[in-house]
Amino acid sequence: MYAIGERINGMFKSVGAAIREQNPDPIHELARKQLAAGAQALDVNVGPAAADPLAAIEWLVKAIRQVTDAPLAIDTTKPEVMRRGLELAGPGSIINSTKGQQEQLDIYLPMAVEHQASLIALTIDENGIPRDANGRGEIALRVVAAAMEKGLPPERLMIDAVILPVNVTQATPWHVLEAIRNVKLLSDPPPKTVLGLSNVSQGTTQRELLNRTYLVMALAAGLDAAILDVQDREMMEAMIAAEVLLNRAVYADDFVKAYRASAGR
Amino acid sequence: MPFEMPVEKWASAVNSVTIGATPAEGGTRTSVVTVGGDTSLPFLHFEGKTPHRPAIAMELLDVPPEEWPAPMAEAVADVCGDPAAWARKCVEQFGADLICLRLVGAHPDRRDRSPEECAETVKSVLKAVGVPLIIWGCGQADKDNEVMPRCSEVAAGENCLLGTATQDNYKTITAACMADGHKLITEAPLDINIQKQVNILVSEMGLDLSRIVIYQATGGLGYGMEYAYSIMERTRLAALSGDRMLAMPLLAQVGSECWKAKEARAEAPEWGLASERGVAWEATTATCFLHGGTHIFVMWHPRAAALLRETIDSLLTQED
Repeated sequence: MYAIGERINGMFKSVGAAIREQNPDPIHELARKQLAAGAQALDVNVGPAAADPLAAIEWLVKAIRQVTDAPLAIDTTKPEVMRRGLELAGPGSIINSTKGQQEQLDIYLPMAVEHQASLIALTIDENGIPRDANGRGEIALRVVAAAMEKGLPPERLMIDAVILPVNVTQATPWHVLEAIRNVKLLSDPPPKTVLGLSNVSQGTTQRELLNRTYLVMALAAGLDAAILDVQDREMMEAMIAAEVLLNRAVYADDFVKAYRASAGR
Repeated sequence: MPFEMPVEKWASAVNSVTIGATPAEGGTRTSVVTVGGDTSLPFLHFEGKTPHRPAIAMELLDVPPEEWPAPMAEAVADVCGDPAAWARKCVEQFGADLICLRLVGAHPDRRDRSPEECAETVKSVLKAVGVPLIIWGCGQADKDNEVMPRCSEVAAGENCLLGTATQDNYKTITAACMADGHKLITEAPLDINIQKQVNILVSEMGLDLSRIVIYQATGGLGYGMEYAYSIMERTRLAALSGDRMLAMPLLAQVGSECWKAKEARAEAPEWGLASERGVAWEATTATCFLHGGTHIFVMWHPRAAALLRETIDSLLTQED
């Protein structure tokens, strides 16, 4: 599974403070720790409170680039902030994210092609988040068709079927699993699938248990990537075991060690 | 609509491994062999690169064989008591890229040759030929742990390929390999899970993964060839998908495995000419493994080796 570390996000107090004070040390540490824990890419979000998001993303990406060349997922809803982030992060970055309506796809698909980036597309459109798997599948189909038209190859398109907190809408986790399975049938080769995993447990009291259980379920449905807390060791080991049980990695007695040695290559 | 070739995109590649060291590199070899580096399934030139030619090693034994099938005797009877002369014949007449010296005489049930005697044989073969050397123990773990470090030491700097490290016996040979600058063969009994585990174990001792060649045991035609092939294929797929613990080049013991088969050895006229059958057995097995992704072939009969070389040529010249 392609693991995208979620921790460099201005919503976290320490990150928000680091951005405000332009103190790169906490950022460097988060980058290093997440990569060591198995992240293959790092999500980068300046947070809602940043006074000047353009200046904040510039500073943040530059700070991360001082310690790693790993791909960055630029996480913003503002196209100009996205563009600046991609320019500084370089080719192989990830746009996080576009929604499914045409006016957004018209902005972000060409941006992904131009910057040799992957694109995360949420199955949300002008009508909001669909209630079930079919609604998610319809938006995904529209996105896949638009990506083909604009020349973004399916392996650089990542469909996010949008998981919601289980304590808010308990039917959604199942709908999302069904949507992941269906997305894999949309094209050949199929687009990738991704989830912002931690959302499933938002506001609950057993977050880690819910996160790792749902991750394993989603992997079994065909999930390729997740934005998640890679420093949750039990969850990462559950993911590694799932990869073996799904025959995506060759078993060896020390399969956890082997996975960790191969990740982050 | 024009036909579009479906092309698989892989995340990773097989490691490249070089065996042998020239004087400039601290050894005395006149040639070196590099294998691996492939970026697709074998010989899919439209999909990826096969940057290095699969290599042919010819095997010789440190003591004369106990029982030699007639076609083998015919080919090497004049030299098989003298490893140095045997090695020269393999290189000069049969065109071997490498020599695989198998120290069967060290086995307690054979001649129980001492580490010192074995090391002398290694030295004589290194002196006789300029190609890189594979040094292979007798297969008895305790004895190999005495013999291999000494043989490794006298060949220090020659960048030989030493075999083999197994799940139950890997520490001594791995340490020798690291100390004397050689490459290592890791072995598993036709079991990809154990193969991966051995590679994890030797890498934990500090041996770089780029210094390993995999030997997954070999089944000859009629004796598990298809099974060996499927493991080779699965190993290559894992390597291309980014599994660093299985990204090593593969070696196959084709000669010794094939000539064990009664179909290859027996004087049975109803099975066809005995002079051809064993050679065909060996060449057929090798060809199958070539398609399976083997990088180093340890061969016995010069005509089987020549047939394999022709097949390699034809598969490589299709590269556009």
